[in-house]
Amino acid sequence: MAQGGYAIELRGISKAFGPVQANRDISVAVPKGTIHGIIGENGAGKSTLMSILYGFYRADSGEILINGTPTTIPDSQSAIRAGIGMVFQHFKLVQNFTVLENVILGAEEGAMLARSLSKARKVLGDLSREYELDVDPDAVIEDLSVGHQQRVEILKALYRQADILILDEPTGVLTPAEADHLFRILRGLRDQGKTVILITHKLREIMETTDNVSVMRRGTMVGTVKTAQTSPEELAELMVGRKVLLEVEKAPPTVGRTVLSVENLSVTDEHGVIRLKGVSFDIKAGEILGIAGVAGNGQSELLEALGGIARATGRVTLNGAELPLSGAGADGRSRRAAGIAHVPEDRQHLGLIMDFTAWENVAFGYHDAPEYQKNALFMDNDALRADTARKMERFDVRPPIPSLPAKSFSGGNQQKIVVAREIERHPDLLLIGQPTRGVDIGAIEFIHKQIVALRDAGKAILLVSVELDEIRSLSDRIAVMFDGRIMGFRDPETTDERE
Amino acid sequence: MERLPNWADLVLVPLVSLLMAAIIAGVIIKILGESPVAAFKLMASGALGTQEGVGYTLYYATNFIFTGLAVAVAYHAGLFNIGAEGQAYIGGLGTGLVCLWLGESPFWVVLPLAVLAGAVSGAAWAFIPAYLQAKRGSHIVITTIMFNYIASAVLIFLLVDVLRPDGQMDPATANFPEATTLPTLNQIPVFNLFFTSKVPANVTLLIALAAAFGVWALLWRTRLGYSIRAFGKSEDAARYAGINPFKITMIAMLLSGALAGMMAINNVMGEAGRLLQNSASGAGFIGIAVALMGRNHPLGVVLAAILFGFLFQGGAELGMWTKIPIEMRVVVQGLVILFTGALDVMVRMMLTRIFAAFRGSKTAKGAV
Repeated sequence: MAQGGYAIELRGISKAFGPVQANRDISVAVPKGTIHGIIGENGAGKSTLMSILYGFYRADSGEILINGTPTTIPDSQSAIRAGIGMVFQHFKLVQNFTVLENVILGAEEGAMLARSLSKARKVLGDLSREYELDVDPDAVIEDLSVGHQQRVEILKALYRQADILILDEPTGVLTPAEADHLFRILRGLRDQGKTVILITHKLREIMETTDNVSVMRRGTMVGTVKTAQTSPEELAELMVGRKVLLEVEKAPPTVGRTVLSVENLSVTDEHGVIRLKGVSFDIKAGEILGIAGVAGNGQSELLEALGGIARATGRVTLNGAELPLSGAGADGRSRRAAGIAHVPEDRQHLGLIMDFTAWENVAFGYHDAPEYQKNALFMDNDALRADTARKMERFDVRPPIPSLPAKSFSGGNQQKIVVAREIERHPDLLLIGQPTRGVDIGAIEFIHKQIVALRDAGKAILLVSVELDEIRSLSDRIAVMFDGRIMGFRDPETTDERE
Repeated sequence: MERLPNWADLVLVPLVSLLMAAIIAGVIIKILGESPVAAFKLMASGALGTQEGVGYTLYYATNFIFTGLAVAVAYHAGLFNIGAEGQAYIGGLGTGLVCLWLGESPFWVVLPLAVLAGAVSGAAWAFIPAYLQAKRGSHIVITTIMFNYIASAVLIFLLVDVLRPDGQMDPATANFPEATTLPTLNQIPVFNLFFTSKVPANVTLLIALAAAFGVWALLWRTRLGYSIRAFGKSEDAARYAGINPFKITMIAMLLSGALAGMMAINNVMGEAGRLLQNSASGAGFIGIAVALMGRNHPLGVVLAAILFGFLFQGGAELGMWTKIPIEMRVVVQGLVILFTGALDVMVRMMLTRIFAAFRGSKTAKGAV
């Protein structure tokens, strides 16, 4: 496998930010021509390590060897010269430039663009054919799908003659089909002798694509193993430091009366496009209904209509009482008062105010609640802080500091704050979108348990997720959505991924 | 990213920014052929050296506290109110009319009514831009700028054609009745220990400080303030939380306009004693700089307002006693705004690097 030594060797890399030791004495060797996975929970230090490799940070101590030569990487220009290319989680593309213009940006030769452009066009054509990248060089970025945009990032790196390609959580934004295509590309790159480093916290991706995998935990490297000789269970245990249940344990449901009844629900967006086309379903007490389907087929609009954010038409009753779908009373506040809690799909955009402290976020949406008021005029911030401290303890939010701004928490801990806020209200109906997106494995297990516990307490739950494993293991019933419609209901035991 | 310690961020960054503004101002004064050191000395002594100087500094600062608070409140709701100037004009109209019509009433009746009239008029002037923003999405920056011009035109029309007494030459109202005169600081206990003779700064300073405290309590201690801040940070998230965007936009802008309008107590009722054109004299725009420099926090606004009061008064002294034109104070203000507002990030990055280097050498020493 390793034909000719190591592409990258890190020896004893340490990096501290103030009191936080982000990387502690990390050593790892990546053989040339392999796909090497780096896996670990959020905050384990993966991104810091890669930032050191790409010249964003300088290590406090330690040594970097590229192709066997000790190399210092003070900035990203040096990283590029050393043959390292990076594809970030959030793309760094100019939205209104074409693919070609984005690829040469920063690598122009001379003041006039014409020569660089024609050269790049030829190189791009070769690269596209060679690696199945399949991108139109004259397409404007904003017209491309996320998967294509990511391929442009890969092209950018290859155009700069990268031999080592680092991808940071590349599949977080991709559909399953796009992710499969990406992995085919990566395997193609490996077969051509390139070295690929794949940073992720998804075990399945590691198992499917990598040759070797290194596991990080709390700033240290806890081990490097051959992927073929390990199992998801073993990796999860290495990542978290204890045994983790990858499957959700739940008893058969005890279903009660109908809590939510949706008839012919439709949503038209601000551009006049009909996003949700007459959806009907019921959810009973003690039942989890999972909505499966590729993102963008009306699931978000369904959650927003029920959560009082989007205007809708149709008929929705909660415990027999009809909910207004537009006009007065069709807002988040009235929905909460009616007994609906909502964990939104995009916690950073909707569910939290990132600049607010944790305790301010715990009040978010419930700032009118009587227990948070001191008197008619003022809020009781002390009571709020105390309540936040209790929730943080119960949901094991780390660090358990109520006065820390939301943006300082890792994704998993942010999500725990949102879930704690919504679940602890004991709603009759919980709307929960992408409950574990960007959340690490230990926290996933915890959040899943909370959802099941709420179900077992006889509440109704509407679950939307792009993770089919999650839908299958949590739901009691699955509705498959496509193009704004429910295509049918499935039993979770007998559903497979293609559906 | 390495980060600055909190104290350095709050204290050192503005200080260094000010210092850099002062250095450039010094260079300009030098080019004008005057001694920068002498000029700064003159500014300092003119603004802080005498009772009268301090009185003027605080008088200007009072104006800037109101307009700074006005801009800050709107900013927390994510709205950039450029219209404090116009709102202050119309606030002056409200206050002025109360003083003209009810000026003979007892002082304890006139003052609250004048405050109220200033606030209500300022708020009323903010109402239309606010409504257009909340209902139609017309950008508040554009509409409030337009409303500044309209306010100025309306005021000139009223002063020339309606409110000007017969036979008077200048476009202004008649003098307000004697009874409307506000107590100046030399007439107020505790302050009279320092101020022994008449100064322009008056009881409005105390109202301004109370307003600053009120704004702080509103924003950080009430549900409304919570909703305003949440809405300002993220409109979508606010909608998720059930916060009504229309309501918050209206309330925040009306509060903002009311604060700007209340400035009229100081300049119209307190200082001029009648309603003049251009009475706000740019305070509405300086309020933007004050809010920016004060990080939109009431305490910061008060401190920044005092600094700008100092610049305003010191600049006037320069114009009076040197060949440096009075417009120099606009230059100095511009530099202060440039460095504390626009180049704030540059100064912060610079300091962050210095701090990081310092820390690096310390740990390196520790390692040896």
